[in-house]
Amino acid sequence: MTKKVKIIEFLVRGALGICALVTLITTIGIVLVLGSETIPFFEEVSITDFLFGTRWTPLLEPKSFGVLPLVSGTGMIMLGSAFIALPVGITTAVYLSEFSSLKMRAVIKPVLEVLAGIPTIVYGYFALTFITPILKIIFPQTEVFNAASGAIVVGIMVLPMVASLCDDAFQSVPKALKEGGYALGATSFEVIGQVIIPHSASRILAAFILALSRAIGETMAVTLASGANAQFTFSPLQSIQTMTAYIVQVSLGDTPQGGIEYKTCFAVGSLLFLITLTMNVVGQSILFRYRRSSK
Amino acid sequence: MNQETVMTCRNVNIFYGEKQAVFDVNLDILKNKVTAIIGPSGCGKSTLLRSLNRMNDFVPSFSMNGEINFDGRDVLKSDPMEVRTRIGMVFQKPNPFPKSIYNNIIWGPKIHGHKVNYDELVESSLRSAALWDEVKDRLHDSALDLSGGQQQRLCIARTVAMKPEVILMDEPCSALDPRSTIRIEDLINDLREEYSIAIVTHNMQQAARVSDYTAFFYEGELIEYGVTDGIFTNPKEKRTEDYITGRFG
Repeated sequence: MTKKVKIIEFLVRGALGICALVTLITTIGIVLVLGSETIPFFEEVSITDFLFGTRWTPLLEPKSFGVLPLVSGTGMIMLGSAFIALPVGITTAVYLSEFSSLKMRAVIKPVLEVLAGIPTIVYGYFALTFITPILKIIFPQTEVFNAASGAIVVGIMVLPMVASLCDDAFQSVPKALKEGGYALGATSFEVIGQVIIPHSASRILAAFILALSRAIGETMAVTLASGANAQFTFSPLQSIQTMTAYIVQVSLGDTPQGGIEYKTCFAVGSLLFLITLTMNVVGQSILFRYRRSSK
Repeated sequence: MNQETVMTCRNVNIFYGEKQAVFDVNLDILKNKVTAIIGPSGCGKSTLLRSLNRMNDFVPSFSMNGEINFDGRDVLKSDPMEVRTRIGMVFQKPNPFPKSIYNNIIWGPKIHGHKVNYDELVESSLRSAALWDEVKDRLHDSALDLSGGQQQRLCIARTVAMKPEVILMDEPCSALDPRSTIRIEDLINDLREEYSIAIVTHNMQQAARVSDYTAFFYEGELIEYGVTDGIFTNPKEKRTEDYITGRFG
């Protein structure tokens, strides 16, 4: 190797390494920023009060820092949207990859992509002006801002992602494997249920986790559809506040930096971070166990 | 040929879109015999074989006409699922399911709700496929841990477990090494006792070794069909002779 080639190799390797470091440094940075404000917060508020309190009024007197109302709000959005996006997404993918004609596929795939490209704030309008009025007709006691509307719209929002990732997963099942099933006289449903879906289980699970994480992280549409009223409830027809919506509320308001109200943001952010991290770890371990036992 | 036939193709034409792949084929598959289908690449031999149990139904532009008689009924007008339970297929590349050896065997019988003793079925099927002695101590290990040749024999065992009447083999040895190939050929020899076999192969020596009857295809047409010895020692058609003597293909 000439000296010139060696220098170029060294530079390229260095550049690649730096790019790889960006993600690592960002992660460490985020943990540090969250931690630096979260730790002082817990010097003033006890962890038990924070985690198990059912009243969240950090901006009003008397102040109370029980985070459960925000957690229940986020939880309702997550479960509600999963209830819509996962079954509809997976059936859409089954239809697309196994039953649709090439023409139908050529229509549905781009529509899904358009759906995925709509700004989330627009979904918020859609929820407020279309979904909520329908809910009101069915359930007259529905509030203007309500959890159900937010959950439905987030469900629709993550649907394209679930459908498209599951479709990719089904497409990646080797043709030979499907033919093996059909050659034994199996019906399409048996091949789908016992060959295609088990074979793509890990990728379906990954799609589900991504969808749930996005539902948890979704902010604007939920704020518009479900309101900013932190209350500890499991009624989908009442207004709620999610963790992300609260963070926006504080960040946009005139909360003085350094005060306890300001620090709540970081405590909530840390909790959010821990929840999604746990979900990813759980997902990975399910995946790992599944791979070992898929004999 | 005063042999009992199990399948009869009459005036079969096969198309991919506008393009015709098989022209007006008349071919008998004989009971308890091995029928080899040979010919150069793209001559329509695999296409015809895969039509015998409706495996081409999944090809979007595929269409065919004519008649394929099987047990008094036209395959083209029968329920494809039922046809495939009675006419099994072994593919070019071994394609076991990513499950245990045991579960690969019982998969077919299980989805059809066959009420049989699975342990016995697994043993008898693996014995028919000459695989039992090699895997009897690890039936619950993944089928993917087997060698390519063993996987192919497992696929044969899986097909046999359905107790089909006909077994179609689409170049079953083309992905295997010579030793595994010989084992599969020996196996085909034994299987003929109970099953009728149609095998597509691009390997003429293989056709000569394993088959009783040979059909030579060229550009979608059945050129010559007869007893294997006759085809290989005394072909009637010039094109057959040119092909088996290696002048083209």
